[in-house]
Amino acid sequence: MPHPTAAPPPGTPFVALAAVAKSFGAVRALRGVDLDVRSGECLGLAGHNGAGKSTLMQVLVGNVSPDEGRFTVQGEDVAGRLTVARARQAGIACVFQELSLCPNLSVLENARIRHASLKGFGWRGRAARLITRTLDEIFPGHGIAPQALVSDLPLGQRQMVEIASVFAQGDHEAPLRLVILDEPTSSLDNSVAAQLLAHVRRFVSAGGSVILISHILGEILSTCDRIAVMSDGRVVDLREAGAFTRASLVEAMGHVVSHEAGETLVSAEAGRRGAVVASATTPKGGSIRLEARRGEIVGLAGLAGHGQTSLLVLLHNAAQGRSRYAAVTGRVAFVAGDRQTDGVFPLWSIGGNVTVRSLSRLGRFGLVDPAREKRLAEEWRTRIKIRTPDMDDNILTLSGGNQQKALFARALGSDAEVILMDDPMRGVDIGTKQEVYALVRAEADKGRTFIWYTTEFDELKSCDHTYVFRSGRIVAELGRHELTEARVLQSSFEGEAA
Amino acid sequence: MSAAESETRGARRRLPPMPQAFSFIGAGLIFAATLAFTGGAGGGQILSTALTFATMYVIVGLGQMFVITTGPGNVDLSIPATIALAGAVAMTVMGGEDGSIALGLLAALGTGVAVGCFNYALIRLLQIPPIIATLSASFLVQSSAIAYGRGLRVRPPPAFADFATGRVMGVPYLAIATLLLSVLMAVLLHRTVYGRSVAAIGQNSRAAHLAGIRVDRVRFLTYVLSAVLAGLCGAVLAGFSGGSSLNMGEEYLLASIAVVVVGGSSVSGGQSNVSGLWGASLFLYLLVTMLNTFGVGAGLRYLLTGLIIIAIITLAGGPRAGRA
Repeated sequence: MPHPTAAPPPGTPFVALAAVAKSFGAVRALRGVDLDVRSGECLGLAGHNGAGKSTLMQVLVGNVSPDEGRFTVQGEDVAGRLTVARARQAGIACVFQELSLCPNLSVLENARIRHASLKGFGWRGRAARLITRTLDEIFPGHGIAPQALVSDLPLGQRQMVEIASVFAQGDHEAPLRLVILDEPTSSLDNSVAAQLLAHVRRFVSAGGSVILISHILGEILSTCDRIAVMSDGRVVDLREAGAFTRASLVEAMGHVVSHEAGETLVSAEAGRRGAVVASATTPKGGSIRLEARRGEIVGLAGLAGHGQTSLLVLLHNAAQGRSRYAAVTGRVAFVAGDRQTDGVFPLWSIGGNVTVRSLSRLGRFGLVDPAREKRLAEEWRTRIKIRTPDMDDNILTLSGGNQQKALFARALGSDAEVILMDDPMRGVDIGTKQEVYALVRAEADKGRTFIWYTTEFDELKSCDHTYVFRSGRIVAELGRHELTEARVLQSSFEGEAA
Repeated sequence: MSAAESETRGARRRLPPMPQAFSFIGAGLIFAATLAFTGGAGGGQILSTALTFATMYVIVGLGQMFVITTGPGNVDLSIPATIALAGAVAMTVMGGEDGSIALGLLAALGTGVAVGCFNYALIRLLQIPPIIATLSASFLVQSSAIAYGRGLRVRPPPAFADFATGRVMGVPYLAIATLLLSVLMAVLLHRTVYGRSVAAIGQNSRAAHLAGIRVDRVRFLTYVLSAVLAGLCGAVLAGFSGGSSLNMGEEYLLASIAVVVVGGSSVSGGQSNVSGLWGASLFLYLLVTMLNTFGVGAGLRYLLTGLIIIAIITLAGGPRAGRA
């Protein structure tokens, strides 16, 4: 593979950001980021979910335009003017977490999509040679045929193709200067991951730059020259990699650890009491079994997408039929976090969306009684404060937070004894959150059980017991008195122990 | 009808208030055009005949409507074959005896249950898309009808034939019975857990599952319901036309889908309209009558029928286009 040509001397900033800020509505994703990426270095980026890493990367590749701040590429100010095409001209490319390959096309056809210069007569042959050459270089012994359909490849090989098509350097293309790798090794096995990291070192020693985002701390510590830690939309720590240890890195990520030891100690309970109403193991194995007792609020923690939602769906299905992995006694209700996909019925009124889970209870002579339906809807309108003039209005007339309240009302207003919550506070304003927390606590005291997946540490503090997920397994369980952000992070990130 | 009320209530600010209005207005306009052409002659006769034939459309349309309401991709293409088989079974079981009418009707409904179960077995167990599953099932069902009927034409029992063709003050008995059936179906759709589940699944089947709805069970019942109504239509049609014939279901394939869509139900599911089925069925029949009255040839008649259906769907479906 041709390496960056005419690279500037190592150490000069290739990209520099100063006080870059970006908001999406009320959410401030970036609150003033200062960061530079030098030529010939690998920069590690660490931080938990929602720290702003992904938004920052979207800014660098030109997908997102920052609201404020200075942004230069090779000294040229590009703030607000960087497009995807210009970023590519400048030699910036990204391997995204969600694979961007077209599954219905072959490996070489996917290479053609990224490399527009592969055109004219015989492009298939040239595309096949380009992608094979790059795969050979990064992943010797990869065993991927360029004619293979991407949908036929296992996930790991798809990731390899994705990486190789980014690193591939076609003829007449702008030299590749900065490659962003967003969780590149999450679907690769250890030896292939090692091949990739070795290639990263070769690429930077030839003068290129790499930004490596990974939740496997060992990988960041061993591969990167410098490590930046992000939290709450800012870079909160930036040091030479050698100046970090695993422990100090975890500590830096959780810099907001609140010191409320007194409060938590007071409520530290003496063991768990009550009948077990739900239990489950993760299908991927793991030694820890999730148990939820009557009246408990059980938290599911860990990084997003590590098997928490799947476990909730498993528990939900177990209540309807049988499951090899989970057992639930009693009725369940599900509070969706992904409202559009899992929750809202867009053609129905707010009332209809609230009562759908309870219809069989609202019957008379086998028919749903509109008066009782209306009463249930009105009761929850006041109890959970859904802000609408009329529960008969369409659900989509509500703001996101109020739609979420309607989904809570659907579950809380039902006869369910176990309530599964799939990170339901996403994009919900703080006022609503406080109202719902209080309601959840009150309902738990009445004997309902809540199993609550959340990506926000603060919400775990409301939980009696917390299970931490990593790579589809439960890797730690913490009682209320043992819960600290550092311990949750430690369990979420530890790589080699698994 | 309470059905129409609750629909407009649930759909507030999203849909035009009366999606079924188009079909009734269309039917009225076409009727007026026909009368203008004939100079007002034969109006009562046309309307009375229209009610009879519209009734058949409505019966199969009700079943198809439930199926289409369960969401994109759901459609029952086995209706014509089921009509043929159930008609043959009903006539054979009745054997021309007034005493066996109830048994014959039950046999027709039972045929529907069997076809519905078979359809859903293909869809669920073999994971075949509904459009292919019901189409291939219809070949099997049609073959059964051929084998079963062996070209015999059994005449319906006199009492059954009288009922199917009889009228009171110009209104066919069939139309009155079907109106009752429609009310029943509207109640089923809007006031029962099953009906609400159908509408929920049609909007978002994953959300419906997570809201505790037994999605598979509801879809199964829906395909059975559609086939049962097709079976009923088969028996009634055979009674009306003096015996069953193998091709008597033919025109109901497209008609069953057309009346659902023209009647204001959403093609993408989740939203259905019982009263609109009547408007659409009258519209469809009167349209053919009008073109016949005008003396239009068969080719042009099909062409105009197609264009007019497209036009009314575009008009009625316009504001709903936002929902993918």
